[in-house]
Amino acid sequence: MKIHEYQAKELFRKYKVPTPEGGVSDSVAGIKDIAVGLGLPVAVKAQIHAGGRGKGGGVKLARTDDEVSAAADAILGMTLVTKQTGPEGRVVRKVLVEKGVGIQKELYLSIIPDRETACITIVASQDGGMDIEDVAAKSPERIIKVPVNPVTGIQGYHLRQVMFGIELEKPLMKEFSAVLKNLYNLFVDYDCSMVEINPLIVTDDNRVVALDAKMDIDSNALFRHPDVKEMHDPNEDDPTEMEAAKYGLNYINLDGNVGNMVNGAGLAMATMDIIKQAGAEPANFLDVGGGADAEMVENGFRLILSDSKVKGILINIFGGILRCDVLAQGVVQAAKKIGLSLPVVVRMEGTNVEEGRRILADSGLELINAIDLADAAKKVAGIVA
Amino acid sequence: MSILVNSQTRVLVQGITGKEGQFHTQQCIAYGTQVVAGVTPGKGGQLMDGVPVFNTVREAKEQTGANASMILVPPPFAADAILEAIDAEVDLVVCITEGIPVMDMLKVKNYLAIKNTRLIGPNCPGIITPGECKIGIMPGPIHTPGGPVGVVSRSGTLTYEVVHQLTEVGLGQTTCIGIGGDPVNGTGFLDCLKAFNEDPDTEAVVMVGEIGGNAEEQASAWIKANMKKPVVGFIAGLTAPPGRRMGHAGAIVSGGQGTAEAKIKAMQEAGLHVCEDLGSLGKLCKDVFV
Repeated sequence: MKIHEYQAKELFRKYKVPTPEGGVSDSVAGIKDIAVGLGLPVAVKAQIHAGGRGKGGGVKLARTDDEVSAAADAILGMTLVTKQTGPEGRVVRKVLVEKGVGIQKELYLSIIPDRETACITIVASQDGGMDIEDVAAKSPERIIKVPVNPVTGIQGYHLRQVMFGIELEKPLMKEFSAVLKNLYNLFVDYDCSMVEINPLIVTDDNRVVALDAKMDIDSNALFRHPDVKEMHDPNEDDPTEMEAAKYGLNYINLDGNVGNMVNGAGLAMATMDIIKQAGAEPANFLDVGGGADAEMVENGFRLILSDSKVKGILINIFGGILRCDVLAQGVVQAAKKIGLSLPVVVRMEGTNVEEGRRILADSGLELINAIDLADAAKKVAGIVA
Repeated sequence: MSILVNSQTRVLVQGITGKEGQFHTQQCIAYGTQVVAGVTPGKGGQLMDGVPVFNTVREAKEQTGANASMILVPPPFAADAILEAIDAEVDLVVCITEGIPVMDMLKVKNYLAIKNTRLIGPNCPGIITPGECKIGIMPGPIHTPGGPVGVVSRSGTLTYEVVHQLTEVGLGQTTCIGIGGDPVNGTGFLDCLKAFNEDPDTEAVVMVGEIGGNAEEQASAWIKANMKKPVVGFIAGLTAPPGRRMGHAGAIVSGGQGTAEAKIKAMQEAGLHVCEDLGSLGKLCKDVFV
């Protein structure tokens, strides 16, 4: 789960990772008040869950009262398009106002878990302030990666490897060490899947300050972080995907016109692939999960039908935990409740398949049966062609 | 022959009294698995479908000689359950639970590195040696005993699909393993491939991967250098949009890494027989293996 920059910075301050002074507001008047309190100049920063805000016009420096008003007017309520938002962009509802700081140097610092080594990896570079993927492409030797075994936790030598690696000046080492150590502890304590500071600056009076803050928290660990759970901003979510999550379904909207419902993520991906191979395009990824019941299947049906692009539906269920008879009941229940306005191809195999097929056959619904996966893809592609 | 589990395997179930635990224990017993004990803290002394329940894994192992564990406990308590089984020196631990925090699994993985226990999963369907032992939630009847094919996969239901097609074309299985869809897991492709390579009854292997990470690339490199048996490979997620987690926590293309294309290319370069259309996987296996 991603949180906003201003929320991440609240956690930073709790862990003694220095940030510029600032405040957040959702009104022009509020922004002006914060600027007056801080003193000019200030940075006015759009709060959305995407990088590249500066280039999209979502971050402005204001040196006068008029510039503060102009920046607040321009940013608040704007639809900010960055390379991470997609062409539809995001509406800016909140703005962070921060006291301007004199920058001597821009560094890059992030922490991520590494699936290969089962370590927590610190990534640092002396080339902060730009896209780290560009640095990786142009000068990979200027990116330092230091793995920390979670059992030992962060030690002095990890800190030294990072600091010598980015050629940090000696007088800054004490302060940088404290920042990195505190950030590591925050990462572990809050079950982060990513913390990124770009740039981490050295101010002209030699302080180390997090000018930006990105945090992504492991959704599976939210049960032990009620404070972070409250930071969730529903405005940043796709409404259909949120609705799906409410029902315990895993849904991702795509561009095609073949709606599909599958149990299990791997089979769902493979089903999307085979729809494409048959000459059509999937409209979604929808995994109803291993433990789905009739009601979840019904909700899945509703989600697919709510997408006006969909011209045909493929249901592919391999019964394991989700038995075919349960699925069949869900399909019948949903079809009777909401009406079957589109052709539906059903392919079922596995636990209680005979019972499931009987329920569908006895339902009186016009369903198209497929004998196997290849047949199912061919039939649904034929319908939408 | 088979790998890792057979008719001699003695299984204990952690979380046996829960809804899922009870249902799948019954299914495993019905398949013929020797389920000798269950563990639910606070319910020691009870019987669940004739299986004695204990408070701790250590006690269950000492009393019944269990050498494998199936874990079906909710995610907040799953890492605790895995660590308890490792500490009790259970040889094989199969964790079905989906949704364990990554930070918990990092600890588990580092503890595993200094212990002799093998972990399969988490977020996996389990392992089955058809006709002998099923530790997991896969539907038993789709499998065919006696080999000659070994199956290893990151997925659940996609594995069932593959096994079903093998059975349909008359190819039985030695052992089928779901290694799970999480980014940090126990046993990987490599360990399974090595075991299949050594198993005299396994004559060919089907390896099923998906987007995310680079385990398939590493496995392909190992196959090229060491594998004595033909391998059919399949990768799911060619149509998956980048930057989105496709259901499994580990299934994500990020920063251009972990794409299906890269994995398929690695498999082709390593000499695997790549199945490009899941609908015809069974047929391809028959062509290659028979």
